Amino acid sequence: MADTSVLKDNLTNLAAGPKTNGPMPRFEAHTKKATRFGFGEALVVLGERYENVVVLGGDITGSVMTSYFKDKFPDRFFSMGITEATATLVAAGLALSGNIPFFATYGAFASCRNTDMLRISLAYNDANVKIGGGHAGISVGEDGATHQALEEIAIVRVLPNMTLVVPCDYLETKKATIAIGEHYGPCYIRFGRSDVPSFTLEETPFVLGKAQTFRQGRDATVIACGPMVWEALVAAYELENEGLDVRVINMSTIKPIDREAILKAARETGAIVTAEEHQITAGLGGAVSEVLAQECPTPVEFVGVKDTFGGSGKPDELMKFFGLTSGDIKNAIRTVHSRKAQ
Amino acid sequence: MARLTHTIYPLTTGFHGATRPTPNPELIAKYGYDSFVPFENSPDNSDEKLQAIAKEIRRDIVRALVEAKSGHSGGPLGSADIFAALYFGGVMRYDPKNPWWPDRDRFILSAGHMCPVLYSTLANAGFFPKPELLTLRKFNSRLQGHPGRDMGLPGIESSTGSLGQGLGIAVGMALADKRVDKNSRRVFALTGDGELAEGEIWEAALIAAHWELDNFTMVVDRNFCQIDGRTEDVLKLNPVGDKFRAFNFHVIECNGNNISELRAAFKEARSIKGRPTCIVAKTFMGHGISFMQDDYRWHGKPPTPEQAEQALVELV
Repeated sequence: MADTSVLKDNLTNLAAGPKTNGPMPRFEAHTKKATRFGFGEALVVLGERYENVVVLGGDITGSVMTSYFKDKFPDRFFSMGITEATATLVAAGLALSGNIPFFATYGAFASCRNTDMLRISLAYNDANVKIGGGHAGISVGEDGATHQALEEIAIVRVLPNMTLVVPCDYLETKKATIAIGEHYGPCYIRFGRSDVPSFTLEETPFVLGKAQTFRQGRDATVIACGPMVWEALVAAYELENEGLDVRVINMSTIKPIDREAILKAARETGAIVTAEEHQITAGLGGAVSEVLAQECPTPVEFVGVKDTFGGSGKPDELMKFFGLTSGDIKNAIRTVHSRKAQ
Repeated sequence: MARLTHTIYPLTTGFHGATRPTPNPELIAKYGYDSFVPFENSPDNSDEKLQAIAKEIRRDIVRALVEAKSGHSGGPLGSADIFAALYFGGVMRYDPKNPWWPDRDRFILSAGHMCPVLYSTLANAGFFPKPELLTLRKFNSRLQGHPGRDMGLPGIESSTGSLGQGLGIAVGMALADKRVDKNSRRVFALTGDGELAEGEIWEAALIAAHWELDNFTMVVDRNFCQIDGRTEDVLKLNPVGDKFRAFNFHVIECNGNNISELRAAFKEARSIKGRPTCIVAKTFMGHGISFMQDDYRWHGKPPTPEQAEQALVELV
C-alpha cells in the first residue's frame, strides 16, 4: 500500500494537496472539472481588474467559456463570427492600440489554421494578444479527429516571443490565464473540454515559466503537462509497490521552458518520462529532450500520441486506446528505469 | 477600474548588433539629403505641391532601390500619389517629432512589399533622416525588406508582409478606437489588388462592416498587375468595387494617380457614417517612368544603375 502522506506533504508544501487519506490509488481529487471553466472564470476576474481587457468571440463562446465574459462585460466583447485567422489579426490590432485582447476557439484552429497569423502578426509583432486553444487533445471525445488538437505545442513553441502554457487542472488554468493576462507579450493557453481531476488548491503557487515538483523521487522523473500530470501522480504512487521512487514535475509553462528543473531532475534521478496529450513529435517530450541532449544526456521515454490522428469515442476509451493512461506512464517509467540501469 | 498599460512602441528587439548600416556619404551629398527640409502636412497644400512631393517620393524610391540592389519598384512608384495625398494633404494626423503620439491616426501597409513608398514618405515627412533610405534592405537596417515593427522605425505601426494580414490588424485598430477607447483616431490601410485574393481580406471586410467602422478607410492600389501577370489573368478580381459594395462598404473609385481625385476621395470617406470606406484607386504600376509604366514585370525588381539614372531624369 502506498504511503499517501508523501503526496500530501509535497502538495501541502506547495500549498496544494488534495485530501489524500486512504490507500493508493485512492487519493481522489476533490472534484472533476474541465479546465475550460478555469479559463472562462479567469477572464471575468481580469475583466473586473482591468478595463482594457477585451474578448473576441469566435462563435463557440459557450464551448470555450468566453460566454462568461460576454455576459458580464458585453461592451468589451466583440463577436468575430467564424473567422479564426482574422479574429487573431483583429486581436493584434486591438493589442497594438493598447488593449489586452483574448481570443479563444478550438485549439485545432487556433494553432493549425492560424499558424501564419501567430507567426507574423502576433509573434513577430510582439503583440500583446492572448490566444486560448480549447478542446485540446483526444479527450474531446466524440467530435473526432478534426477537432482533437494534437499539434499546438509543436506549432506554438517554435515561434519566437511566444509564451505557451498547458495547465494541469481547472484551478491552475484559472491562475495561468490571469498570469498571462498580466504578462506582456503574445501568449497561448491550452485547455480541454472534458472533466478531469481537479487537485491543486487555491494556495498552490503558479509562476509563469516555473515548473513545480508535485512529488519528490530518486529513481526516475515524469515531466508532464495538462491532465497527464494527474495520470503521472497516479502512476508514481502505484509504482511505490514495485519499489520505484518516482518524481513528478508539472511543466505547465512549456515556453519558456524551465531548464533548471529538467536538468535537476535528470541529474538527480537519471531517467525521464514525458507525458502529454499531444503528438510526441516536437511536443513537451521534444522540448525536454532538446534541453537534455545539450546539457545532460539522459534516457527518455515518451508518452503521447504516436504520429496518428484521433477519432470518435468516449474520452476514457480514447485515452486508453492511444496510450495516455497512468498505466502507460507506469510502463514508460519501468522501461526508462531499466535503460538507466544498463 | 484600472488600466494595465505597457510600452508598445517603439519595439527594438530586431537589431542584430549595435552597428547600423552607414549610408553612402557621396550619395547623401549628391541627392542633397544633408540639407533636406521635411515637407509639411497640411490641408492647405496645393495639388501642385503634393504632385511635387509625390515626385520626390518617387525619386527617393528609385534611389533607395538602386542602392539596395533588390526590392519592389512597380507598386511603390505607382502608389506614390496616394501617399502624398494621405500624408501631406492634411488627411492623416501625425507628428513626426513625436512619432508615437498616442492620438496619431494609424496607417497599416497591408501590402508589406510596397514598403519603399512608405519609407520614402515617412522620410519626406521627417519621421527619420533621409540618408537612412539608402540603407534599405541592408544588414541591421531599420528599413527591412518588409516592414518589421521590431526595428522601431518611427511610423511603422505593424510588421506586415504576409499578404492579407495587415487589413485585419487595421480593422482591429479601428475597432479599438471606435468601440473600446471611443476616441477620434482614424485608421487607414493600403492593400495591393493581387493581395485581395487572400481570404483574410474578406473576413476583415465582414468584420469592419459588421462593427460599422466608419473610422476605417482602406485603399486598394488597383494597378491590375501582380508578379505573374495581369490580375485578371492570374485570378479575376473585377468588379472589385461591387465586391466591397456587397460587403456594405462605402466605395469610391478614383484615379489613384490624380492628387485632386484622391483628396476628394479621402474627404468623402471622412464624411461617411456607419460604414467603412474602400477607395479603389486606379493606378499604373511604375507610374511616371516610361519604361516601367503599366508593366507587371516591374513588380519585384529594382532598376539597374543605368535605368535608375534614366528614371531620375524623367522624374525631374
